[in-house]
Amino acid sequence: MFVARSIAADHKDLIHDVSYDFHGRRMATCSSDQSVKVWDKSENGEWHCTASWKTHSGSVWRVTWAHPEFGQVLASCSFDRTAAVWEEIVGESNDKQRGLSHWIKRTTLVDSRTSVTDVKFAPKHMGLMLTTCSADGVVRIYEAPDVMNLSQWSLQHEISCKLSCSCISWNPSSSRAHPPMFAVGSDDSNVTYGGKVQIYEYNENTRKYAKAETLMTVTDAVHDIAFAPNLGRSFHVLAIATKDVRIFKLVPMRKESTSTGPTKFEVQIVAQFDNHNSQVWRVSWNITSTLLASSGDDGCVRLWKANYMDNWKCTGILKGDGSPLSGSSGQPTAMSTVVGSSVHTSQNALNGMSAGRHYRWCSPEV
Amino acid sequence: MEEVDVEPAITNIPAASAGTHLGFAWGPGDILVYETLYKASGAIGSGCPCIHEVRKDEDIYSPILRKLFNESHHIFVGLQTIGEDLPSKNKKPQFVSISKNYRSVIRACMEELQQVAVSSKVADVATQYGNQVSILLAIELIWNLCEVLFIDAAPAGSLLLHLLDWVRLHKADVDEKAREVLQSESPAEHHDYWNVVVSYVLQGRLEEARQMLVKQATLQPAARSMYKLMDTLLSKMPFYNPGGTQTLTEFDVKWRHWHEEVDRCLQDNSFASNKHLEVICKILVGDEDTLLEHKDLLSTWYHFLVTRLLFCHPTVKPTELHYYAQSCLTMFLDSRSVPEPLDSILLAAFEFDIHQVIKDCSIALNNWWFVAHLTDLLDHCKLLQSHNLHFGSNLREFLLLEYASGLFTHHSLWQLAVDYFDHCPEFGRVYLELQIERVPLDTERKALKVLRICEQRQMSEQVRSICKIMAMRALRNNRLGSALSWSIRAKDAAFATLISEKFLQDYCARGTFSDLDLIDNLGPAMLLSDRLTFLGKYREFHKLYGEKRSGEAAKLLLSLMTAKIAPRSFWMTLLTDALPLLEQKEVIFSADQTHELMFCLEELTSLNTTAPGADGPMQDEDTELTKVELLRLALARNLARAIVKEGTVEA
Repeated sequence: MFVARSIAADHKDLIHDVSYDFHGRRMATCSSDQSVKVWDKSENGEWHCTASWKTHSGSVWRVTWAHPEFGQVLASCSFDRTAAVWEEIVGESNDKQRGLSHWIKRTTLVDSRTSVTDVKFAPKHMGLMLTTCSADGVVRIYEAPDVMNLSQWSLQHEISCKLSCSCISWNPSSSRAHPPMFAVGSDDSNVTYGGKVQIYEYNENTRKYAKAETLMTVTDAVHDIAFAPNLGRSFHVLAIATKDVRIFKLVPMRKESTSTGPTKFEVQIVAQFDNHNSQVWRVSWNITSTLLASSGDDGCVRLWKANYMDNWKCTGILKGDGSPLSGSSGQPTAMSTVVGSSVHTSQNALNGMSAGRHYRWCSPEV
Repeated sequence: MEEVDVEPAITNIPAASAGTHLGFAWGPGDILVYETLYKASGAIGSGCPCIHEVRKDEDIYSPILRKLFNESHHIFVGLQTIGEDLPSKNKKPQFVSISKNYRSVIRACMEELQQVAVSSKVADVATQYGNQVSILLAIELIWNLCEVLFIDAAPAGSLLLHLLDWVRLHKADVDEKAREVLQSESPAEHHDYWNVVVSYVLQGRLEEARQMLVKQATLQPAARSMYKLMDTLLSKMPFYNPGGTQTLTEFDVKWRHWHEEVDRCLQDNSFASNKHLEVICKILVGDEDTLLEHKDLLSTWYHFLVTRLLFCHPTVKPTELHYYAQSCLTMFLDSRSVPEPLDSILLAAFEFDIHQVIKDCSIALNNWWFVAHLTDLLDHCKLLQSHNLHFGSNLREFLLLEYASGLFTHHSLWQLAVDYFDHCPEFGRVYLELQIERVPLDTERKALKVLRICEQRQMSEQVRSICKIMAMRALRNNRLGSALSWSIRAKDAAFATLISEKFLQDYCARGTFSDLDLIDNLGPAMLLSDRLTFLGKYREFHKLYGEKRSGEAAKLLLSLMTAKIAPRSFWMTLLTDALPLLEQKEVIFSADQTHELMFCLEELTSLNTTAPGADGPMQDEDTELTKVELLRLALARNLARAIVKEGTVEA
């Protein structure tokens, strides 16, 4: 892998989150400088900042895009105990020529009494629904019943998780076989309470979310959590960032017809990696759920991949080199090392077992 | 099976200081990485943070390789459609021909890259292209060997001949050198002369060796008999003819006779006085040490292998290959060199370990193109199924999915990926569904292209979603017509209603319709939503009125209210529209119709009076009252005229 381009982010303080939009042509960044910036990618691949504005009165922890079916909508959450929803307004034509756009606040969600640690939109098939979780241990689910009027949001569910929450992840599956489900992670550091990950499932009959599962084996603080895209499987895959990287498989057990409670799951641990050798802070899946990335205290981002026999291995590491940024983008280093000299002239091609390979396909352990 | 544990590659990200964390975000073809700190809030980080776009070393952005992807896609699709009904053995020639097609595509690409590499003035570019050429050369080498061993599956006898072809194809420098020598003033005295002759012999190109030797013979009349002897030996070497009547055993006997003859010449010291001819004689007899002395001419261990087989064991069986291959590799590489990835791949091929070949290639190359296509072809030849059941088609699909997913991030190659997904029975569809939604809909044309693909595959949810996204985008940019047509295509009744409302509001505000073409040609789509139906019918009313078809216009107007197609809020406007029809010289509304209109008006006004409070300013109320008065008057007048008209007997 190589650094293709470096973008000067222009934030006056630490960046806490970067989020690509659905099509990968825009991105939003948020920072401790209390602002959010929106960037657009031009045809030649250059990023231009098309909007930058103050969003909160405290560090902005996360920023996320709604599905483009709802228009150009962002949500942000902050240390200032609020979450906010922003919509892009199509501006005057001279603004467009200057490559600027305007975002206006549609609503502020002030229900939380503590820092709001995560904000996520629910899968689009559920409508325009926003979920927040806070350090006060409450998960709140809001809905905008009228998609054309984003200033009206109603608090549909308020779920108390009893432990300080740090992250949420919705199961993206839109299959009718799975009722809506999300997972909450807690960064409570008291290891005597087990179960720092809770799974909640929507019940059609009670019209409420009920806890379906608690992962008791996760006893350390959880910093991030991510459901993998479903890919038509009957089971769910959940990645967790805690003192190591863990991947769980949740297999729904067959429900008896009389059972009205939440689905019971068989929980299996698929993989556990402690290569970061420290706290893991973020985990995230790529679009096809074939790659998982994790970021840890060791200052590295690690990429994990399963071969088709479902064995997981680390396939790449991105490491801060501790040197000050010199400015220009990198050159691909791999090409030249994958192949030595030409077959044509003398020695063998394909030499070098060093930097350059990205994917690794492994045979099963016999 | 041993698994080589390879350390993951490390990529350095320029970061201002060690001790910070790296945040990341997955993108369509890359991952964004930035410096951050995840620990408790309150930390003040360094200013001026940077976001780095990190990409895989993908070749998909290379314009010349694009041809490779395009043309191999064509071959791939053709391969999938080869009839299943033919038994495997009849299909072999087809598979071999497809394999050759793939290889010729690789060669064409390679040649083009080579030209650019040679002609480029920029050092970096030249190196990069040069490297790509090397990779392709290696790929073609491996593919060719796989074709010989696995697909063509040549038996003993033909096997060696194919291997000879294989080596000759990949050792073209001999011809270059030969040309150079022959074009010189005195070829026989050229410093490379003997190298060329020996190279020819090593490759089994004895005819050409003989022709070269003639030149030397003419220069040394004294040694004529020696050269004559060598010429005879060279001409008499038997080569197996697969199409001929001679059996392998017969050939073997003949070959052994010849071999003995050559050996006798060696023992007799017939060539002792000419060290070059002596060397050639030793080569002909298959002397390993002599062969190894010419490592520089052989240049690769597999050349050594084939040459050795040619002169020691031309009837080698496929199953015996690996033994020779291993020993040749060991002999050729002295203690200081370590086998390289290419070597292990070729060795695995000689061992007929297809699985290992695929695995090693996947590790060594950074693009899935090669392994995906080769595995697919081998799978069609039913060569993967003889292995452990787990592998078989799962492996093929895994590799194809990886390859195609990589293509999807490219702005035009993604269309090729669609076909690959189509031919992955287990996960192809769901992968396609996931990824096609993410194709950026930059233009309407692109959106239509994506839609067509989804519609062809009955991916109705994706169709709906894409149309909705386009409709939303159009609406935000106030392009109502476009928004309407997209929401009709999405079959989104709610959205269609919303947009129809906007059209109507627009009309009320400006007095004209926009996007008349669209509304006029709604056809059955009108029925998607009530409001949309009303919009269509209302426009129809205006058209009829414009064409002076007053009777029909009147009927339509009335039906819009009585059939409750028109929303209540619009009734006033409709009634106001009726005014000109009421004021016409001739009576248009019949008495009954007029009664109905009056009834509607009463309904409307009674509702208004019961409505709580006036929310408009006093002026609006006044205008409203005036309008109602005018209408009442017009309706009354019309009623009178209508009664009279209907009551009159035609004279």
